[in-house]
Amino acid sequence: MRKEQALLFELGAPGRRGCSLPQPDLPVKPLDELLPPERQRKSALKLPEVSEGELVRHYTALSTRNYGVDSGFYPLGSCTMKYNPKVNEEAARQPGFAFLHPCQPAESVQGALELFYRTESYLKEITGMDRVTFQPAAGAHGELTGMMLIRAYHSSRNDQRKIVLAPDSSHGTNPASAAMTGYKIKELPSDERGLVDLKALRELLNEEVAALMLTNPNTLGLFEEDILEIAALVHDVGGLLYYDGANLNAIMGHARPGDMGFDVVHLNLHKTFATPHGGGGPGSGPVGVKEHLAPFLPVPLVEKGESGYYWKDDLPLSIGKIHGFYGNFGVVVKAYIYLVMMGAAGLRQAAADAVLNANYLMERLKRSYTLPYDRRCKHEFVLSAREQKKKGVSAGDIAKALLDYGFHPPTVYFPLIVEEALMVEPTETESKKTLDRFAEALEEIARLVEEDPEHVTTAPHTTPVGRLDEVRAARKPRVCWEGDEKSD
Amino acid sequence: MSGGRHYLPLTDAERQEMLAAIGADSVEQLYDELPPAIRLKDGLKLPPPLSEMEALAHLSELAVKNRHLREYPCYLGAGVYDHFIPSVVQYLTGRSEFSTAYTPYQAEISQGLLQSIFEYQTLICRLTGMEAANASLYDGATSLAEAAVASCGATRRRKVLVSRAVNPYYRQVLQSYLQAREFQLEELPLLKGETDYARLEMMLDDETAALLLQQPNFFGLLEEMEGVAEVAHRHGALLVLSVDPISLALCRTPAEYDADIVTGEGQALGNPPSFGGPLLGFFAARQKLLRRIPGRIVGETRDNQGRRGFVLTLQTREQHIRRERATSNICSNQALNALAAAVYLAALGPAGLREVAGLCLQKAAYAREKITALDGFEQAFPGVHFKEFAVRLPGTGERLNRHLLEHKIIGGLDLQPYYPELGPAMLFCVTETKSRAQIDALVRALEGWS
Ligand SMILES: Cc1ncc(COP(=O)(O)O)c(C=O)c1O
Repeated sequence: MRKEQALLFELGAPGRRGCSLPQPDLPVKPLDELLPPERQRKSALKLPEVSEGELVRHYTALSTRNYGVDSGFYPLGSCTMKYNPKVNEEAARQPGFAFLHPCQPAESVQGALELFYRTESYLKEITGMDRVTFQPAAGAHGELTGMMLIRAYHSSRNDQRKIVLAPDSSHGTNPASAAMTGYKIKELPSDERGLVDLKALRELLNEEVAALMLTNPNTLGLFEEDILEIAALVHDVGGLLYYDGANLNAIMGHARPGDMGFDVVHLNLHKTFATPHGGGGPGSGPVGVKEHLAPFLPVPLVEKGESGYYWKDDLPLSIGKIHGFYGNFGVVVKAYIYLVMMGAAGLRQAAADAVLNANYLMERLKRSYTLPYDRRCKHEFVLSAREQKKKGVSAGDIAKALLDYGFHPPTVYFPLIVEEALMVEPTETESKKTLDRFAEALEEIARLVEEDPEHVTTAPHTTPVGRLDEVRAARKPRVCWEGDEKSD
Repeated sequence: MSGGRHYLPLTDAERQEMLAAIGADSVEQLYDELPPAIRLKDGLKLPPPLSEMEALAHLSELAVKNRHLREYPCYLGAGVYDHFIPSVVQYLTGRSEFSTAYTPYQAEISQGLLQSIFEYQTLICRLTGMEAANASLYDGATSLAEAAVASCGATRRRKVLVSRAVNPYYRQVLQSYLQAREFQLEELPLLKGETDYARLEMMLDDETAALLLQQPNFFGLLEEMEGVAEVAHRHGALLVLSVDPISLALCRTPAEYDADIVTGEGQALGNPPSFGGPLLGFFAARQKLLRRIPGRIVGETRDNQGRRGFVLTLQTREQHIRRERATSNICSNQALNALAAAVYLAALGPAGLREVAGLCLQKAAYAREKITALDGFEQAFPGVHFKEFAVRLPGTGERLNRHLLEHKIIGGLDLQPYYPELGPAMLFCVTETKSRAQIDALVRALEGWS
């Protein structure tokens, strides 16, 4: 029988502790003298009271109820769950990086500034952009920054544009980020190829359009082959082209957004450049821009001068700051060592292998599942479980069934334009054997849908908990534990 | 070839076999649909790749060019703090089942993370006295900005009032976020280093969505906030407090000030300063604002056999469902930093956290007394201090910091760029990590400087 894991608050005993601290080494004043009683906390501080060993067992037990890239195949589409090199962790953990305060004088952090500067050089070359800011802490934060830059650019020309276009296949953060900058979003339909519908684009474009946000390859994993025409159309009405870099992994070293006509680019270092996702974060979402947008970048920027590296603060047209400090430096360190080790040939090979892996799986799986857009894909592809749905089995059920085979499932129900979507992104760090085993599992599930659909709709059967009731969670939300503490 | 070759498992033979299976002759063919004009012909111009050994050596060379906090005692605070981190924090957050996972979309194989986030949310609620917390935001600055935006949404108003005693970096971020939405931002002035509450009634109006304060404020002062919430609420505005979580072990909680939303920087809880990132924005609120909270939230539920389990919940607030109508665009957050915070709080427990806060209070008071006894160094503001304090200087802060660096000390924050009205002044921060000997050495280095 699978058991529940006790909560932290159900462990321990009053007076037990998990850490020791030094005695004061200076004369101690009465608390009330330093902190008048009316400023003191009144309510009890109800934190766990556990020994260090108990604490370690608790989190070790929790970790066994979790699945990461190190546990197995994680083809979560759009998320680029590639292997995270261990040397990255060691590099970032050094006290010379981890124990720097952001407000230290520049002369005492020359190595950190140099690291930002060097990473910027790599990213400029990889994307074909002219300047990069590292302040955005994730992809969505990069989008928000990019939209602010676009807004500032148009405003500086006394041009108050109101509309941002985003494809119907775009990620939810695209419209959400544009809305956070006060733009009205218009949805750009995809055509039967799964690409931007050029006719619709022409109709939607006018001088009210501030920007088109595009992912290329798009979220179906298809390269927008009309990109040069799209760029020309957008630029012709005075709009700008925004690149959501979530899918850059497919084209690194093969093509650059800057050469395609994009004006602003965000990257996800936690996808393309192999830094771990941390169970949801931290990521890093640097934004690169062409020269004409550089004056609006957040402050400060790193510059190299005669006597070393320094922070440049005086950008009169800057949008200001969008992070308390310089973004997720610790993540940038990890991406930098990855870049240094991969080099140009390595990045190009990684992209090609990612595309090869995806096409190989797609060719095989399109025999068992519907492939709505049957063309050469890039690093990912989207299947539809619409035939399985007719038998009462949804994409979500198929995902749950995959858990019993020891795989992380693909992304489900995204992009929204594919019914019962299963979005598969194998990445370059998987072997052919892994891909074959994954394909076998999905094929077996497809057979089960025919023979024993209930087995699939009741999956998973082997995980630490069975299928969880999301409706119940949302109907009567319990987001903070209120039960009584028990001692053991 | 590349130093990262060992991350790519495909052999040439396998590549050929796979190309054959998909009916392609070469890898180049996989990129056939790209317009020739954009295909990179000569490849990227990047430095030659390094092996793991060489790359590590290169990174170490960069690292040793930095003077770090384990080498030079550092008296900077301003939102990022040098607190002791028990070994168990790094050890447990380093477990790759947590660190190499994505956001826990597939709940049945993500119970470890989901439960740990639920525990984290509970810990934040217990610290602050609030009823709901999210799974984290990017940092304390963006967390405050998100609270301002959420307040505008909740009250359907377009003006935000922020105290000048709030961290100037946070106010800059706030400005960017609000300006983008064309929300108005007004500043409540200072009086002796604290928010001038005499101006509050005058500046609050029926367009004000929220009053944003920091406790302890940027100068380390615990402001007298009794009755402030009542004034804000009377005008229909929400009270948002940005707080230092360590201070809450001893200081009155945001709930006890009747705040509606609480935000703050959680880096101090078990995360290294890391040159200002990754940090940890926490966000907590009253139950009535639950559906306005930005970002991921984990909720308790049951599985199909009635066992307790956890899932991402209230997702209809979020971008992947609501798109442009979402409460925020946030997708990735700072989950691993939140995990560190939870491990830290559990390791310290109530007694440990009180000890840390008490040591900060005592040591900062000791340093403040010693420094302000020196000629030319004056305490900038009276009032109740926690772990930071501002000092007026006999010369510029920039020059003083250069002088201290020569003594192998990283000084405090030069306040001049942010508060020119103070004249030469410095914000010092003293935590439990500073020994008496180190503080005495700082005082000696200051003595006679001008
Ligand atoms: C296409 C796309 N755009 C944007 C994002 C948002 O990135 P982040 O989670 O880093 O904020 C994602 C992440 O899943 C994505 O897949």
